[in-house]
Amino acid sequence: MSEYKSGSNLEKVLKAGHFAFTGECGPPQGANVEHLVEKAGHLKGYVDAVNVTDNQTAVVRMSSWAASLILLEQGLEPNFQMVCRDRNRLAIQSDILGVYSHGIRNMLCLSGDHQKFGNHPDAKNVFDIDSMQLIHTVKTMRDEGTFLNGQKIDVPPKLFIGAASNPFAEPFDFRVYRLAKKIAAGADFIQTQCIYNMDRFREFMKRAVDMGLHEKCYILAGVTPMKSVGMARYMAKQVPGMDVPDTLIKRLRSAGKGKIAAEGIQFAVEQIEEFKEMEGIAGVHLMAIEWEHRVPEIAEMAGVLPRPKV
Amino acid sequence: MTDNTPQIVAFCCSNCASAAANVAEGMKMTMPGNVKIIQVPCTGRIEVLHLLKPFEEGADGVYVAGCQEDSCQYVTGITKAAKRVAHVKKILEELEIEPDRIEVFNLSAGKGQEFVEMAHEMTGKIKGLGPVLP
Amino acid sequence: MIVAEPKPIKEILEMVRDLKKILIVGCKGCVTVCNVGGSKEVAILASTLRIAAKKNGKEIEIGEETLERQCDPEYIEEIKDIINDYDAVISIACGVGPQFLSERYPATRVFPGVNTRFMGGAIEHGIWSERCAGCGTCVVHYFGGLCPIARCSKSLLNGPCGGSNNGKCEISGDVDCIWDIIVRKMMEQGRLDELLEFKPPKSWMTARDGGPRTMTREELVK
Repeated sequence: MSEYKSGSNLEKVLKAGHFAFTGECGPPQGANVEHLVEKAGHLKGYVDAVNVTDNQTAVVRMSSWAASLILLEQGLEPNFQMVCRDRNRLAIQSDILGVYSHGIRNMLCLSGDHQKFGNHPDAKNVFDIDSMQLIHTVKTMRDEGTFLNGQKIDVPPKLFIGAASNPFAEPFDFRVYRLAKKIAAGADFIQTQCIYNMDRFREFMKRAVDMGLHEKCYILAGVTPMKSVGMARYMAKQVPGMDVPDTLIKRLRSAGKGKIAAEGIQFAVEQIEEFKEMEGIAGVHLMAIEWEHRVPEIAEMAGVLPRPKV
Repeated sequence: MTDNTPQIVAFCCSNCASAAANVAEGMKMTMPGNVKIIQVPCTGRIEVLHLLKPFEEGADGVYVAGCQEDSCQYVTGITKAAKRVAHVKKILEELEIEPDRIEVFNLSAGKGQEFVEMAHEMTGKIKGLGPVLP
Repeated sequence: MIVAEPKPIKEILEMVRDLKKILIVGCKGCVTVCNVGGSKEVAILASTLRIAAKKNGKEIEIGEETLERQCDPEYIEEIKDIINDYDAVISIACGVGPQFLSERYPATRVFPGVNTRFMGGAIEHGIWSERCAGCGTCVVHYFGGLCPIARCSKSLLNGPCGGSNNGKCEISGDVDCIWDIIVRKMMEQGRLDELLEFKPPKSWMTARDGGPRTMTREELVK
């Protein structure tokens, strides 16, 4: 038996005690493989794994497993995302077997944004199981070697199981308990929602550490650099469960014309520096949305290079 | 509509509109003959069906004359009536009939002149719209 | 109750465009309580159709009937002597009504006059809210007496998701996040530990997913 649950690069980096650094790449709204390869190319060598989103914000895109395979071909390690909105337990389990068979080793389990937000609001959703149950499903398949119905799997899939946590959504007091519940259900690592309110996040992590959650699971702090004041305002008002303090919006604005993006990156870098020291944080998940080409620079500034070879 | 005179049905609250009608009579003001008045104890009891029936029977316009919203004899009677009138406007719209053919007016007991004026105003407006039937 | 809303009049007019003799059938059950399919609404729809016919210079004959219920054959039977006088029936009961009528009177064309929305209740006069999804295996007692299957947009059994926003659901500021209410209630009752228990995947076999449902209670069958 391997000492690893999946043997993915991300798992090895974390297990070796390195500060992990993951990136993200949204598949194209089409079959534009070239564009996907180009975007992902910016991340190569700068991150330990790349999250590949699954019809994010309920907008139809190239399927997450297919885009993950393309990344794999390019020599990047994908973190395959799966939402419960679009598949029932049959499709979920068969996709898990499929991605594993093709060499995918990380999987992030999510509920998924409601289709009402997306570009097919008339769709019927599935939600046969929820994200908690999805985590449990992947764990059952891996560790028990059985499907949800208890039937034995001939060669079970060995995946490193990820889950999301939003420390800022309401009800705040319950969030750390829900995190604990995800860990108990089988999450090996957590990637948090984008963090902007550092005070609130420090409080959240203090509670998580008090409960010893960081010893049971690797917690990666979510960072998304702000590109503009408009983006900050949009995140503050339009994105559910996002907490963007006014002080950050003011800071960006006072940077002045032409310097706002640099200020956004500067703030992200400061965050990463703090996360490196923060108790219970095992790494950073950098979601540079349609800004993949700036990732090398951010990684360099944040001092997370070179990435460890394990 | 006969001789370009529209047939109008007016549901009038006995607490305000009828009193106003008496005042108007005292002032020797006359109501137009094409407006048929139906006196009700409270406009709050006028149902959607009551408002539709005159149209079914060939009326060209309907209105409700009731209390001021803040001094309704039965507190919310006129508010309810206004909502039902709004609902009938929607039905008329769906039938491609001008929603202006039904209105609600607020009165108080002393306003004899206004009571008569609203009858003329409604008559004028419906005349402008022409008959419902082709 | 089963909550329904009127179909747009234009849609109904389009359905019965070429028909001259129409019977509108109401129901004294749920749809009377939610003010959409009782005798009052039968009369309103009849009047509306007559006005429409008059406006379009068409002859139309409309009958009005309101049955005790449209979900029991014995009441459906009550119109057997008159139904053949009409070209078609508009049922303004929930979706059960037009089907029971269609099944009992196979030669008659039956149109639905309302859209059946959900199982719920009136939170105040004129405002209804969904409460039950009819999943066939009630579990509300695990969730502070509230149903996440019917009332969470994602039917989460281990909520709340990250989209819960100041007590509202991510889909709309008008929709309560039921999980926010469940969590607060369980915390107030000192039952947080129950919410920390993992709820396994639900069997949807008793829900619509298990196929069309029929229920037999032997002690009642004649």
